[in-house]
Amino acid sequence: MNEHWQAIWLTLKLAGTTTALLLLLATPLAWWLARSRHWLSQPVAAIVSMPLVLPPTVLGFYLLLLLGPDGPVGALTQTLGLGTLPFTFGGLVVASVIYSLPFAVQPLQNAFAAVPSRMLEVAATLRASPRDRFLSIALPLARPGFLTAAVLSFAHTVGEFGVVLMIGGNIPGETKVLSVAIYDHVETLEYANAHWLSAGLVGFSFAVLLSLYLINGRVNGSAVRP
Amino acid sequence: MTQAIRISLNAQRDQFTLEADLTLPARGITVIFGPSGCGKTTLLRCVAGLQPATGELDVNGDCWQSDHQVLAVHERPLAYVFQEASLFPHLSVQKNLLYGFVRIAPEHRQIQPDQAIQWLGLEHLLNRKPDQLSGGERQRVAIARALLTSPRLLLMDEPLSALDQASKRDILPYLQRLHDELAIPVIYVTHSLDELARLADYLVLMDAGRVLAQGPLQEVMPRLDLPLSRDEDASVIVTAVIREHDTRWHLSRSEFDSGSLWVRTPPATPPGSTIRLRILARDVSIALAHHPDQSIQNLLPATISELSGNDHSGMAMVRLQLNETPLLARLTNRAVDLLGLEVGQSVWVQIKAVAIVE
Repeated sequence: MNEHWQAIWLTLKLAGTTTALLLLLATPLAWWLARSRHWLSQPVAAIVSMPLVLPPTVLGFYLLLLLGPDGPVGALTQTLGLGTLPFTFGGLVVASVIYSLPFAVQPLQNAFAAVPSRMLEVAATLRASPRDRFLSIALPLARPGFLTAAVLSFAHTVGEFGVVLMIGGNIPGETKVLSVAIYDHVETLEYANAHWLSAGLVGFSFAVLLSLYLINGRVNGSAVRP
Repeated sequence: MTQAIRISLNAQRDQFTLEADLTLPARGITVIFGPSGCGKTTLLRCVAGLQPATGELDVNGDCWQSDHQVLAVHERPLAYVFQEASLFPHLSVQKNLLYGFVRIAPEHRQIQPDQAIQWLGLEHLLNRKPDQLSGGERQRVAIARALLTSPRLLLMDEPLSALDQASKRDILPYLQRLHDELAIPVIYVTHSLDELARLADYLVLMDAGRVLAQGPLQEVMPRLDLPLSRDEDASVIVTAVIREHDTRWHLSRSEFDSGSLWVRTPPATPPGSTIRLRILARDVSIALAHHPDQSIQNLLPATISELSGNDHSGMAMVRLQLNETPLLARLTNRAVDLLGLEVGQSVWVQIKAVAIVE
């Protein structure tokens, strides 16, 4: 049983860290994608969305090569004395951030695009600088998008499997998250244990998504849907 | 440097090229008038810096734009009232009002919240959210919010056009009060002749991105060479002073530089108060001799100064001069011919109706 709690705790830690990093990273990216007419914005939007269509194994494979001892990023982390990222919790976080990026960027991008330009123009005529306009008008008006982005990133990270297996392996306490633990139990025919964790995940996912719909439905009748 | 608003701006749009070269008075309301799509809103947005333009802009001695520098929107001490009130939906009325106020330096705060709230009658609305207000209330909040930045120039883009008749009637007196009590120059864009007649001191006529004419209202409105005089509601504005009330008939005698006009007694105007009268060209008729034995009470001598017939509509516009004040009369071509009217002729004008617009 102790092993279960270890996997659950690790999963929550991974999802929490990933969500926090994603919100920091995705907010400026989504704002730029929603507002910019730069020619690069379309290609960047396509790249951000790639994890939606690529098999997680493809993503995991290239991340492994990139972060591994012979990859460019791996060489860099080694030079900095950080060792290599694959098969560590840090490596899992990096992989999860990339894998869940579209789930954070897209709701935020939609929410930012729905902020009327007129509101930002009014704020400008009321002496708000661009940064001030972003903080005082765009962020509060995009609040339902933040809730959706956070919940989806968190839930999607909890549910990831392929990338974790490729880049994290199966080290208890370090990289053995829930989905991998369930896979292990099934492989070894420990169905009772697999049930215990799987049913828990089903309940968790339903509860999270239901509360998201309920809150967004109340905040705003036409809120951004996940 | 003399006090004036100098605008010399060019901007390229899809449908037209905006070319505006204007010198507007340093105070009072300048109305920019023209048909939809003539570039009046574009001009206003260029003055605010919301849209890029080339050229120069100087507001009462402060340079906002030149070849060397262009101030960003939030660096220009202006306020802008948009067609839709555009209140911030996540803030209460009170926080909307204070949004600009808290962003200007305390030493520049010439208009205080209490003042603006009282001027626009917002006391009972402060704790509401924008979606709990009527259209007219929202626009009043937007106007107060704009004023609370103590602007050096107030820009208003058809602020009444999105409102129903009742809300318009509700807000116009507030605008007229601002006109009377504030020294802030206002540039007001509209395509409503009624708003023009009520509010304007100075008039800019635009068409297809160009300025057709500009000048004091009393000079531009009677000009027969401008499209304004061909409008169904062509009119002139006369400023007059109430001299006496006739309580028996509920009439008041108002005096202007060329004589007296009897008007229906307006509420709360003691003798000595100034009123603004609008006289529609279609309410003015011409007689060759003085006929006091008729229903029209306002009879004044005048000289015909200009005639312009329109074969297409069969209607003619006659410009008359009463000492200093010009008047317009809209007659049929037939009437002009029957009476043998010609420039320089002395006639009597009969004014059937006079509207008090302020």
